[in-house]
Amino acid sequence: MERPLTQHIAFPPLGLRQYEAVGGYQAARKAVKHMSPQEVLDIVKESNIKGRGGAGFSTGMKWSFVPMNVSGPKYLVANADEMEPGTFKDRWLLEGNPHQLIEGMIVAAYAIQATEAFVFLRWAYKTAAAEIRKAIQEAYDAGYLGQKILGTDYSLDLHLHTGVGRYMCGEETALLNSLEGKRATPRSKPPFPQVSGLFGRPTIVNNVETLSYIPHIVNKGAAWFQSLSHTADGGTKIYGVSGRVKKPGAWELPMGTTMRELIEEHAGGMLDGYRFRGALPGGASTDFLVEEHLDVKMDFAGVAAAGSRLGTGTMVVLDDRTCPVGFVHNLEHFFAQESCGFCTPCREGLPWTEKLLWAIEQGEGRAEDLALLASHATLLGPGNTFCALAPGAMEPLQSALKYFRDDFERHIKEKKCPYHTYT
Amino acid sequence: MLTTAEKELIEHEIRQVPAKKAACIEALKIVQEHRRWVSDESIQDVADILEMSPAEVDSVATFYNLIFRQPVGRHIILLCDSISCYVMGYRDLHRHITRLLGIQYGQTTPDGRFTLLPNPCLGTCDHAPALMVDHDLYRDLQPETLENILAKYT
Amino acid sequence: MATIYIDNKPYEVKDGRNLLEVCLQLGIDLPYFCWHPALGSVGACRQCAIKSFKDENDTKGRLVMSCMEPVKDNIRISVNDKDAVHFREQVIGWLMTNHPHDCAVCDEGGACHLQDMTVMTGHSYRNYRFTKRTYRNQYLGPFLNHEMNRCIQCYRCVRFYKDYAGGKDLNVFAAHHHVYFGREKDGKLESEFSGNLAEVCPTGVFTDKTLQSHYTRKWDMDYAPSVCQGCSLGCNIVAGERYGSLRQITNRYNGEVNGYFLCDRGRYGYEFVNSVHRIREPAIRPHLNGTSSKEHIIRHVAAKLKEGKVIGIGSPRASLESNFALRQLVGEKHFYNGMSDADHDHTALALKILRDGPVPPAALHEVEKADMILILGEDVTNTAPMLALAVRQAVRQRPMQDAMREIHLSAWQDAAVREAMQEEKGPLFILNTFPTKLDELATRVQRDAPENLIRIAFQVSHSLDAAIPEVPDLGEVEQMLVNQITDALLAAQRPLIISGYGSGYDAFMKAAANISGALQKKGKQPMLNLTVPECNSLGLEMLGGHRLDSAFDVLLHGDAETVIVLENDLYRRADKHKIEAMFRYAKEVILIDHLYNQTAEKASVLLPAGTFAESDGTIVNNEGRAQRYYQVYVPKGSVQESWRWCLEIAQAAGIHRLNGLRHLDDIVWAMSIAVPALEPVQRLAPHADFRIAGQKIPREPHRYSGRTAIDANKNVSEPKPPDDPDTPFSFTMEGFRGEPPAPLIPFFWAPGWNSVQSINKFQSEIGGHLHGGDPGKRLLEGNRNGEITYFLEAPEAYVPIPGHVHIIPVYHIFGSEELSMHTPAIAQQAPDFFCIYMNPEDLHQWGITPGMWVNFELEGHAYVMAAMPNNWLPKGIAAINAGLPQSPVVDLPQFIRMGGDAVSDNIHSSTF
Ligand SMILES: Cc1cc2nc3c(=O)[nH]c(=O)nc-3n(C[C@H](O)[C@H](O)[C@H](O)COP(=O)(O)O)c2cc1C
Ligand code: SF4
Ligand code: FES
Repeated sequence: MERPLTQHIAFPPLGLRQYEAVGGYQAARKAVKHMSPQEVLDIVKESNIKGRGGAGFSTGMKWSFVPMNVSGPKYLVANADEMEPGTFKDRWLLEGNPHQLIEGMIVAAYAIQATEAFVFLRWAYKTAAAEIRKAIQEAYDAGYLGQKILGTDYSLDLHLHTGVGRYMCGEETALLNSLEGKRATPRSKPPFPQVSGLFGRPTIVNNVETLSYIPHIVNKGAAWFQSLSHTADGGTKIYGVSGRVKKPGAWELPMGTTMRELIEEHAGGMLDGYRFRGALPGGASTDFLVEEHLDVKMDFAGVAAAGSRLGTGTMVVLDDRTCPVGFVHNLEHFFAQESCGFCTPCREGLPWTEKLLWAIEQGEGRAEDLALLASHATLLGPGNTFCALAPGAMEPLQSALKYFRDDFERHIKEKKCPYHTYT
Repeated sequence: MLTTAEKELIEHEIRQVPAKKAACIEALKIVQEHRRWVSDESIQDVADILEMSPAEVDSVATFYNLIFRQPVGRHIILLCDSISCYVMGYRDLHRHITRLLGIQYGQTTPDGRFTLLPNPCLGTCDHAPALMVDHDLYRDLQPETLENILAKYT
Repeated sequence: MATIYIDNKPYEVKDGRNLLEVCLQLGIDLPYFCWHPALGSVGACRQCAIKSFKDENDTKGRLVMSCMEPVKDNIRISVNDKDAVHFREQVIGWLMTNHPHDCAVCDEGGACHLQDMTVMTGHSYRNYRFTKRTYRNQYLGPFLNHEMNRCIQCYRCVRFYKDYAGGKDLNVFAAHHHVYFGREKDGKLESEFSGNLAEVCPTGVFTDKTLQSHYTRKWDMDYAPSVCQGCSLGCNIVAGERYGSLRQITNRYNGEVNGYFLCDRGRYGYEFVNSVHRIREPAIRPHLNGTSSKEHIIRHVAAKLKEGKVIGIGSPRASLESNFALRQLVGEKHFYNGMSDADHDHTALALKILRDGPVPPAALHEVEKADMILILGEDVTNTAPMLALAVRQAVRQRPMQDAMREIHLSAWQDAAVREAMQEEKGPLFILNTFPTKLDELATRVQRDAPENLIRIAFQVSHSLDAAIPEVPDLGEVEQMLVNQITDALLAAQRPLIISGYGSGYDAFMKAAANISGALQKKGKQPMLNLTVPECNSLGLEMLGGHRLDSAFDVLLHGDAETVIVLENDLYRRADKHKIEAMFRYAKEVILIDHLYNQTAEKASVLLPAGTFAESDGTIVNNEGRAQRYYQVYVPKGSVQESWRWCLEIAQAAGIHRLNGLRHLDDIVWAMSIAVPALEPVQRLAPHADFRIAGQKIPREPHRYSGRTAIDANKNVSEPKPPDDPDTPFSFTMEGFRGEPPAPLIPFFWAPGWNSVQSINKFQSEIGGHLHGGDPGKRLLEGNRNGEITYFLEAPEAYVPIPGHVHIIPVYHIFGSEELSMHTPAIAQQAPDFFCIYMNPEDLHQWGITPGMWVNFELEGHAYVMAAMPNNWLPKGIAAINAGLPQSPVVDLPQFIRMGGDAVSDNIHSSTF
């Protein structure tokens, strides 16, 4: 089985020469020296690769919105702010093969004719920061970055920016504000960043995994990419499992691998004494899937059909000895804290849901609380808030109310948490 | 007053961006690296060098989790309190560490050694629970191992 | 135009707007918070949600924020959709989780946008049972209270203060449900426009501190439409009174003038009306304690008039009607205009340029649309503050238009437009001797001696039209600046030149006239805005009158014996010696004024005049717009309009020139016959006999409470309300309940809209004109087809005179204006009158250390002032604070000698 993204991952990662020795920077060379930006764009479009950052938007389509015949700067940003609870896939790529990301960024930047590129890295990824910094320097020294790349007319500067902590920085427009030195509050769309992004200029923001894939697509073509997958959504995907399983971890597998395979084969099944009750398939802001969904093919369409989202593809497992109410409370606490405070429903609604869940878990819930939670789950839905944070926050809540309703009701009826007496 | 070293680093950052203001977060990071936290006076200094108002700088500074606007200890403990760590026993860790240090979230030990803060997901969920002390990540933690880890920091 | 369907009903609406504006304009009540007509949309509060449907068959639709959705042809939306209604109610529910529900003790109560929206959405019961977060409040200075717990995080305060008005010291801090709006630390808000926060804030976070010192509910005040007297711009205000004291000034929307905002001098400078130094009863020396009856005093004054040898001195801070009445009382030949000679020269020049020149004066709202601005020698932030606010909007025009074109945005998409514009600014050039607050926006700032700056301006006019002589010996740098300015002027469609009185140099205005004239000749559409010293300077100038100096001569020569002074403290107008001499020579000095000032101290007869709040009158602003202000309430004592005193005296003295005139309309009628240029004043507003459905317009809102109980401790029967023979207003809550004509709007209120946000109900288009047109009539439109006469003489270059310094005036928004200084909050912020600012090199040269007292002589008076170093002053030029109560009253600029004995003992500099 091919594992293009992770086959060369190593700790410490390959240096530039080693990376070149395994075929690295061939795609950058090919694109910048022998292809037009349009040709690069066409391949990526044809591959139909969908963004790995959570929203699953077609990458080629996104790039094609960048106006080509404008003067002045254009930007490319790698979104390496990975802070979605339960998500740890980008760290693997960043620490294990930074040159792959840099190469992907060079190709992507070339395709949209960006003049400058940034890696927006979260603060906590200290090792990744050191490795990326080293790799960027090597790439400059080797002529892959800087003025007149590989003797062509194309020039590109690449900077590493490390954040100062806020989940919101991962939301692409808030990320741009943060890169501008401002508060990381999101921007309204339209205008989309492709038209007016960083410093008001055309900008593309892509996830680390997405960008890391680009060199392989350019090298091996769209058909190859499609062939990797079990489903219509092409390529491989980095999946991960955390929670009470025997071997938590992350693996690169064909897109469309089932949840069952992930948990039972790759993660070694549940820890002894624990039963599977459900999982957030793609990070904290996705709906629970439960036992009946174990055979769902984990690609964008498959998970959506099951009532959730592929999200980041890294799943968090809920076992039978963890209180679902406490579980969801933990999530809502996170979301309430990380709300940027710009729009009303999120700023005021999330703390409310958090308090309700806390009260229920403490045995102070009231019968009407469930209706209040449910109404928040709809009212904070997509489009109702300014950005996708709050709707994301509601996904685990609404599905928990659906699948674990008994647990909520027992808390309220028994006036205590049936799972534990934790104080 | 900013030191020459701080000033030079900030000036360097200013040269990287199209408008001085855009170096705001970088400047705050630089100050914090040198002083551990960002005082009112430093806010003013950063404002001066970036030609911003102190209110504007503070507006940015107070938005972010990891810019400290109050004095902190010599070492910062960031305890992951997000979902995978929650499932894997973060609460035991939390209880243990607060007993060990005698402080709650947001507090600093009286000897100024540690400041304890909660932190969202450290991105190492397959090795939960986890925490960071300064730049070092610790994973697969058991409450019993905490004491040894903290002993490394004086 | 586009057709849109709202709840299945088709409407024809204008393109380019957002759906919230459209709904409001159609009279559909849609709640909102973060949107503001002047600030645009950001989509933060989510209160304005509506449903949007793909087509007729779409029954589900999706929620959208109406403020963020542009009008598109054939779109289908629903305001009444049940999901939308439910969502809007819940938005209030969320906001209420932390709002303290303290309406009963909140100053905003009853005039609160949040209350209105709460009722509008039907959110009546709370279902949040947890604790609320609480904040610490800040001290924000003397103008505003801060009560952060009431905040609903609409972000309007920072968007107004920072983005719109350019303030630096108010911001948003922290994140999630802890976001905090305030200063970095406690302290006075620095912006001159801070008071608008009280109106911009939809709830009671920022409230008017001066109102709080004599608080009353909004519905318990008497209101009248009024005009600010704080400077020459004539911003429209609403003045509110209760129990005989003026309580509050708020903005009165005028689409052509001040729009939605006021400056802090205008908003807070009203306390002189309530001053303990008011003259309330007529008095005659030596019985100043009011033992003489009004009739006796009037007979006395009338007798003097009959004796002859009477002159009248008018005032630029009195109405046209009062000035005219005095002029008629004493006869045109004996009427003097009451301005200092410098102010008079200045105003006369401005009038000449605006009346005879080809370029019409620019209204404030036109200023906002200028795409290039050149400011010549005027610090508008301090002399005409709202003009500075308009300039701040204008510099956004160019880059905004570019952004709108490039990425297809509308101006109301505020955040997106700002992002696309980044720090881009349109061309603004400022030539001023000292720094101004607007410098931060300028493309280029040139600081130099006034003469040198004027030469640059003249050279600009020369490069536009060779008919204006070249300025010889201009330096290379200066010539480059001239070229840069000229290019920018020529590249602009609507260039605006601003100048005025503040520098003391008339030649700045002449240069401004030349430049605008030359541009006009080139087929551009230039605009001109010239500031004049006071609220009715231009009106008085149009009325005529001799120079003040000659009044003194007439008295000194014995050609006149009695002088009637109208609303004027002569000690602010001319040299003390001259006035003192006048008092010695004049047999009788009769003062009609409202405050006991220095002139009152010497006058032999005092007649209590009504302030703007107690009288009806008309004033003319710096663009020649005549505007009517109305009496708010009947004052205590014998206070009445100055013109009414004149009428009463005239009647007693049998003066035919005022025969048969009794009311405001009569005077206006007589004035428009006597002074044809003022004829349009007659058509400013409906006459006193105007009725709607047979009814007067009530000054009191219909929610006015407790009228019959007011005097219950004295008498249970309700007193008869006073009559108002001069206007269509009643002094009660009885009268026509609907919308009055625009000039007669006493307060903004509409059913369901108790806050100032109700303005949208009075506009024919959101942010546009009031129904039936904005109040006020322009008296000057330029002489478009007339001959352009240029001013040909540029001054010589500035050369310092050894041993001398050149003194120029500096004006201050808080301090330089006479009446606003009676508001303690404003006086507190005035600079020291005893400072003289000098270049540090000059100080060094004369061996003066900062803080030392400097002795010097000006027009024969000795002054001692503390030397303050100031890097921005060119060598040889010093500045003193103008207009403060103790400031030297001299015409500036002037040279003073700096001798070896100029310095006396050192005082500790920390005194300042
Ligand atoms: C609150 C929030 C947090 C996000 N955090 C991240 C993140 O950490 N990393 C990421 O790649 N995308 C994140 N996203 C998604 C980005 O907005 C954006 O869709 C993505 O970076 C686009 O990359 P892609 O097209 O390659 O998927 C976040 C979105 C939201 C609403
Ligand atoms: S949903 Fe609203 S408050 Fe929440 S993060 Fe997005 S913009 Fe901020
Ligand atoms: S007014 Fe539309 S979102 Fe606030």
